[in-house]
Amino acid sequence: MDFKYKIIVIVILLSITGYLLVNPGSDYERIQIAGSTSVQPVAEQLAQEYMKTNSGVKINVQGGGSGLGIRSTQQEIIEIGTTSKALSAEEQEGLKEYIIGKEGIVIAINKENIVSDLTLTQIRDIFSGKITNWKDVGGANQQINVIIREEGSGTRTAFEEIVMGEDSIRSDSIVQSSTEMVKQAVIQDPNAVGVVSFAFLGDEVKALKVEGVAPSEQTIALELYTLQRPFIFLVKGEPEGALREFLRWVYSKEGQDVIRGEKIVPFIANVSDDV
Amino acid sequence: MNNSLQEYLIEKGLFITAISSILVIILIIIFIFLEGLPAMESYGFLNFIFGSLWAPTQGEFGVLTMIVGSLGITLLSLVMAIPLSLFCAIFMAEIAPSNMRKILKPVIETLAGIPSVVYGFFGLITLVPFMREQFGGTGFSMLTASIILTVMILPTIISVSEDAIRSIPSEYKEASLALGATQWQTIQNVIFPAALPGIITAIILGMGRAIGETLAVIMVAGNVTQYPTSLVDPVRALTANIAIEMGYATGLHYNALFGTAIVLFFMIVFLLIIANYLQYKKKVVIGGGYL
Repeated sequence: MDFKYKIIVIVILLSITGYLLVNPGSDYERIQIAGSTSVQPVAEQLAQEYMKTNSGVKINVQGGGSGLGIRSTQQEIIEIGTTSKALSAEEQEGLKEYIIGKEGIVIAINKENIVSDLTLTQIRDIFSGKITNWKDVGGANQQINVIIREEGSGTRTAFEEIVMGEDSIRSDSIVQSSTEMVKQAVIQDPNAVGVVSFAFLGDEVKALKVEGVAPSEQTIALELYTLQRPFIFLVKGEPEGALREFLRWVYSKEGQDVIRGEKIVPFIANVSDDV
Repeated sequence: MNNSLQEYLIEKGLFITAISSILVIILIIIFIFLEGLPAMESYGFLNFIFGSLWAPTQGEFGVLTMIVGSLGITLLSLVMAIPLSLFCAIFMAEIAPSNMRKILKPVIETLAGIPSVVYGFFGLITLVPFMREQFGGTGFSMLTASIILTVMILPTIISVSEDAIRSIPSEYKEASLALGATQWQTIQNVIFPAALPGIITAIILGMGRAIGETLAVIMVAGNVTQYPTSLVDPVRALTANIAIEMGYATGLHYNALFGTAIVLFFMIVFLLIIANYLQYKKKVVIGGGYL
C-alpha cells in the first residue's frame, strides 16, 4: 500500500520534471538586470510594470553593486547592467550607456539638529575634517560625526566628485555599507551627518538645504540642487529584440512615469531614434 | 560476489562523500589565491600586509589596520566571553539542579539560533547610542563590536565545554569527593583540568566564529581603516572590508579584496595551529589513556 503511494508520487514528480524539461517556458524572452543597489528599486518597478503589459517577457532584477553591473555586462552574463556612477574609460569599453534618470544626493542630519542650510564649502570642510564642531556652522557646541558609504559606492563617488574636489573625506569617518544603514546611523545620533540618496529619504532624518536650495524633484530636474548623479542602464553592443523593445518602453511616457514614481528625475535628453 | 560488489560500492561511495568536503575547500583556496595574488604581487607582498593606508580609489592597499582591527575585536570578545561561558558551563554541568538546566539549555541554544543581522541591528539601535553617551565619540567602536560578538559566541563555547565537562567519567569525581575534597576543589583540581582539551576546542570554535563574523561587525564597528588608539575607537575587520567593498570593486581593487581573504585565511590557520598546540600540551593522561 505504502509502496503504491510512493510509486504514484514518483510518477507525478517525474512527469512534471519531464514536462518542464521538454517545455522550459520557451515562450518567454528573458532579460537579466543586475548592478547598483541604488538603481535596483526603480529597475524592479520598471520590470514589473513592463511585464504587466508584455506577458512574453520575463525580467529578473538583482542588486550587487555598480561594479558587479559593469563586470557582468562586459562578460555578457546579464543583458542590462545598472550603475549609479559615470564610467571610467576602461569600464566603458564595448558598453552602450542609457541614462534613465537623475537622482539627488542628500546631506542628512538628525532631526534634533538645528542646522538647516550649508554652503558647498561648508559641506566640503565638514567632510574633509576642517570643521569638526556643529557650532562653526550655526549649530550646537557638539562634535560632528561623519557617516559615509564605502569607497567605490556610487553615492560616495558622486559626492566626492561634486563636493570634495581635490580634498578627500576624513579618514576617521564611520563607514556603513548601505544607504539604509547610513540613514539608521543618522537617526540614532543627534550629532551625525550622513550622505544618503534622495529616493531613500524619509521623515526620520532632516535633509539639509545646499546653498539655500532644498532637494526636491523640481530642484533636481532643473539642476538647481547641484548634488545629483545619473542612473545608467548598460548594454553590451547593440540592443536587439525584446531588449530593444524594453529600452524603448523605458523612455516612453509609461516608463518615465514609473521612474518619476520612484522619486528619480527622468532624463529624456539622450533618447535617440535608434532605441 | 554480489556482497563484495555491494561492499565495494558502499566503501567507494563513503570515500567520495568524505573527500568532497576536502575538494570543496581546495577549490575555494585555489580560487582565492588565483584572484588575490595578482593584487599582492603588483602592490608588493610586504606593502600589502604591513601597509597602513587603505584607499582603493588612490591605489593604496595596505591591510595592517584591518588585521589589528580583526585581532582586537576577536581577542577582546574572547576576554569577555571565556570567563562568562566557562563558569556558565561549569554551573550547568556540575551545580545546576536538573530543572534549572532544562530551562538554561534551550535558552542558550536560542541565543545561537538568532541570525547575526539581528544582533547587528540590535547593536546599532541600542548599544551604539549607549556607548556614545557613556564614552563619547560616535559609539561605533571596537568595544561595541566585541560586546555583540561576546553574546554571539557565548552559546558555542558554553555548549561545547559543557559537553566536555559532562563527558568526564564520574569515577574521577567520586574518587576526589571520597578523598575529602570539597565540590569546588573537585571542580578546580580534577574536573576542569581533565576537561581542558575539550574546553580549548570550545574556545577555538568560539574564536572561529568571532573572527569570521561579518554582518554584525559591519553594523557596529564603524569600519574606519585607522589604528585604534583606545577601545572606543572605530575599527574595520578584514571580513567587513571584503563584504563592504565587494559590490563596487573592479579591477585591482577586486583582486585586493581577495588578497584580504588570503590574509584572513593565514591568520585563521595561524590561530588554529596555536590553539591545537595548546590543546596537545594540555592533554591529560590518566591511567594510561587519553581523555
